[in-house]
Amino acid sequence: MAAVRHYLEFERPIADLEAKIDELSNLSETAGGGSFEAEIEALRARVLDLRREAYAKLDPWQKTQVARHPERPHFTDYVGGLITDFVELRGDRTFGDDQAIVGGLGRFRGRAVVVMGHEKGWDTTTRLKHNFGMARPEGYRKAVRLMDMAEEFGLPVLSFVDTAGAYPGIGAEERGQAEAIARSTERCLTLGTPMIATVTGEGGSGGAIALAGANRVLILEHSIYSVISPEGAASILWRDGARAKDAAAAMKITAEDLIKLKIVDRIVPEPPGGAHSDPDAAIQIVGDAVEDELGKLDSLSPDQLRAQRAERFYAIGRAEGLS
Amino acid sequence: MAMAEKFDDGKGQHPKAGDRRERGGWLAKIAPGVRKALSKRDTPENLWVKCPDTGEMIYRPDLEAALWVTPAGRHMRIGSELRFRYTFDDGKYEAIPTPAVPEDPLEFFDGRPYRERLQSARKATHAQDAMAIGFGKIKGVPAVVLVQDFAFMGGSLGMAAGEAFIKAAQEAVARGVPLVCYTAAGGARMQEGALSLMQMARTTLAIQDLKKAQLPYAVVLTDPTTGGVTASYAMLGDVHLAEPGALIGFAGPRVIEQTIRETLPPGFQRSEYLVEKGMVDRVTPRSELPEVLGAILSMLLGGKRRAA
Repeated sequence: MAAVRHYLEFERPIADLEAKIDELSNLSETAGGGSFEAEIEALRARVLDLRREAYAKLDPWQKTQVARHPERPHFTDYVGGLITDFVELRGDRTFGDDQAIVGGLGRFRGRAVVVMGHEKGWDTTTRLKHNFGMARPEGYRKAVRLMDMAEEFGLPVLSFVDTAGAYPGIGAEERGQAEAIARSTERCLTLGTPMIATVTGEGGSGGAIALAGANRVLILEHSIYSVISPEGAASILWRDGARAKDAAAAMKITAEDLIKLKIVDRIVPEPPGGAHSDPDAAIQIVGDAVEDELGKLDSLSPDQLRAQRAERFYAIGRAEGLS
Repeated sequence: MAMAEKFDDGKGQHPKAGDRRERGGWLAKIAPGVRKALSKRDTPENLWVKCPDTGEMIYRPDLEAALWVTPAGRHMRIGSELRFRYTFDDGKYEAIPTPAVPEDPLEFFDGRPYRERLQSARKATHAQDAMAIGFGKIKGVPAVVLVQDFAFMGGSLGMAAGEAFIKAAQEAVARGVPLVCYTAAGGARMQEGALSLMQMARTTLAIQDLKKAQLPYAVVLTDPTTGGVTASYAMLGDVHLAEPGALIGFAGPRVIEQTIRETLPPGFQRSEYLVEKGMVDRVTPRSELPEVLGAILSMLLGGKRRAA
């Protein structure tokens, strides 16, 4: 059985081999009694090698595709794998509930936390429900409300970032999209409890930073974090969205680039073949990294946490060797 | 989507002499030699300015006397020098230098090196980057004023603008005076990638420093203010004023139209609309800004608790 059914362009050879494995398994079943077991084993090993190879040298555009992979673990999966007793809290107490950002209370490895993140959805129904992870003002205002609660009850905040960007629509503008984003970023930065943000997929511009003004910002190995989507940049720079590949490279959006720029603090490795090839493993690796980072912040007072965050962000771009 | 969208729709022109928009317009399509000859003619080239709304030719000295507001009421885009002059008492102020930042950290190339784009923007605007800082009095109230100039690469928020904002806030705190920021930008500067995105958080932190010092922070939104700029320091003021008719929003109108495939209603994302929607306190004509700012700041300062 092939583990992954959605293949990206550069995974064509892998797709071919996995199709062959499927075929052989079927044949073997009809022929009875593991007639092709050795062949299948060899092919599986070959697939693993191919995956390892391909994922070891992804270019920025390929990483963008991996970051958006439909089978990549989403917020809901992280909650499922890392959070027990999850109680979703809904609504911004002002206008409505935006399911592009989901959040609530839960226990992370035994410890009560506020957890929130973008959810893109995983099929047509849920994608519509979650508006493809593109939040409206209510989503950011819900995030503010949850952070207020975290502050009041001394709970750490874990955020998971995965969005193409905030939703550009009439209603969103009408209800103050810009102000909602600004307030959410501000709330992250003024929080008196530890906050860890993890970019699990796409970190898309203002819609991402609104949940990422954290003490520690982690990023998955094949995730991206960018001021604008590669397509958006290409259409502005060259009036040609098709040149997204070039824009992806030019904007330095990969985890490797971002850690050099000190925009992220830690790269979380993914299983060979990307998080979507082994979601359970990927989720636990993230959990371990978050737990480790959270531990480092435990001894800090609210003021120290705020000071650390300010120092962290003020230092970005001031490091030597940038120019 | 914090983006440096382009707004060279011919509606806003920059009055600084020698400023020509880099792209668009019929002039750009003429061979460089002819263009040079045209721009070097002896007559003062901007003696007459065409009103973007009515097409009427306006005598430049008249327009200057009217603070670059046309008879039709359009508040034309102006740079930092004029802003400072119009804002501070008797037009007098102290220029505060903006911090130097790493140049082109990403070695960005989009057909033309980013460094080159910076150079030509500097030449065209006689400014180092999009933000300038001045200190002076507004109707007797000492204040630090920050001006974002749309003429410099669409006013875009990059490392230089971010550091300038932080510096201005620190100056205000050090001097114990309020901060006023005139915003104008298409958004974040793409050529600096995520480093420019980080300026949204960094400027937000600078505002917290003002809050800690209990100093007022007033925003004057000018045409246009969109993208990551609106989604950070432009919407975090104690008070938001806006010049009449300014385009203010998060997503640019073109992006919204492409997303929803509908034409936007007239007046959408204009200053008056933002007042109606509760995001801006007051639409204030350019000529009244010093008075309104001065009154607000002095009242806010009057209520300031004395630091222990």
